[in-house]
Amino acid sequence: MTGPAPQVRLVRVELPHHLRVLAQVGSEVTLEVAGPVTLRAVLDALEARYPVLCGTIRDYGTLKRRPFLRFFACQEDLSHESPDAPLPDAVQSGAEPLLIIGAIAGG
Amino acid sequence: MSKVRVLVGTHKGAFILTSDGKRKDWQISGPHFPGWEIYHMKGSPVNPDRLYASQTSGWFGQVVQRSDDGGQTWTPVGNKFVYDGVPGTHQWYDGTPHPWEFKRVWHLEPSLTDAEAVYAGAEDAALFHSADGGGAWTELSGLRQHDTGKDWQPGAGGMCLHTVILDPADPNRIYIAISAAGAFRTDDGGKTWKPINKGLVSGTGPNPTAEVGHCVHHVAMHPDRPGVLFMQKHWDVMRSDNAGDTWHEVSGNLPTDFGFAIDVHAHEPETIYVVPIKSDSHHFPIDGKLRVYRSRTGGNEWEELAKGLPDSDCYVNVLRDAMSVDKLDDCGIYFGTTGGQVYASSDSGDNWTAIARDLPAVFSVEVQTLP
Repeated sequence: MTGPAPQVRLVRVELPHHLRVLAQVGSEVTLEVAGPVTLRAVLDALEARYPVLCGTIRDYGTLKRRPFLRFFACQEDLSHESPDAPLPDAVQSGAEPLLIIGAIAGG
Repeated sequence: MSKVRVLVGTHKGAFILTSDGKRKDWQISGPHFPGWEIYHMKGSPVNPDRLYASQTSGWFGQVVQRSDDGGQTWTPVGNKFVYDGVPGTHQWYDGTPHPWEFKRVWHLEPSLTDAEAVYAGAEDAALFHSADGGGAWTELSGLRQHDTGKDWQPGAGGMCLHTVILDPADPNRIYIAISAAGAFRTDDGGKTWKPINKGLVSGTGPNPTAEVGHCVHHVAMHPDRPGVLFMQKHWDVMRSDNAGDTWHEVSGNLPTDFGFAIDVHAHEPETIYVVPIKSDSHHFPIDGKLRVYRSRTGGNEWEELAKGLPDSDCYVNVLRDAMSVDKLDDCGIYFGTTGGQVYASSDSGDNWTAIARDLPAVFSVEVQTLP
């Protein structure tokens, strides 16, 4: 006997300019995320749909956030949150996007 | 009539310059990959329309692009550069152990015999190989795991493997160079490596003639004489006549023997070119005069080449991979500057013209001679 299928949610993700160009998408993509909507789950879904983004947001192997990228949502800085922590309700419901932003650096 | 295609990697994108065999009128396409650092582009000798480009960014990491139509369109291919096993540590600038961390690809060297095969020289220093057109990358880890690897230190630009030379006479022989570890050679296709730094003298460390620890800036070879190598070291222009087993200095009458770029004339294996740079503290030409120096004697005796080059107020640099030659008769010489100029000579260096003047800082220049 199997349990109920995990709930699938539509999560919006906003990408920085260079990653939009690389993935050939607009400023925002919508992803299907099954199960708990965490940073890890969203990034897994993003990379699965756009494999060209593998390695550009998280390092291969460690899956750590690249140092000059930040994650924001609902006016909160999520960059240092656990990748397995649930994202804010508004992101889970699709009301607000998860923002992936290049840190301001380089003058 | 033959054509020439010049592949220019810059701080903010890639540019492709094309001309017919007269090399008078140039068309520029680009920027390709605008806003990204393009460390290097190079075409396959087997299929000249197969190009590879190293696209990189401090924000977004490494991307490798591939073109099958001479750079008109591009496709991102594999970017998974993972060191073999537990990479351990090398020395940091202050001599403390520092973990090996992949940062970027400095140089892409397509195979001489297979358009799908290509090597990538990486920072932190490692050599990767792809057999499927850049889709999947495997480290040739015998190099990084050499006994001396734990003692390698970065140069000012990072611990980069910037030079990859394939021996056209021996498919198992490859030369590479790392700042600031030195030069290495494999004779078994990359399984084992040998430091080839005897004769190099570097005054910065406790042992100036150590087996490793030399800031080799670039190495060049003429394909007809694969055992003869020319090196622009941090200081000193060097020559080896025995595949790097020993080196001797050929700086001769150069006004300064600091520099980055070095290359060999396409038809005259004893004619070599360097761009002397004032010093490692200044990184610009002497007295604001941009000059190429040519030796027709394989070193030691150098002549200044000035016609068409800036005579004053020029304070650019010419980086290690930013000089190349075409194979036309008379041989064309090309180099790019950190000021965004690409200079070309269609007469072996006697006269120079800027064929691009206001590009972003030029990292690399490669030239293809097309039928």
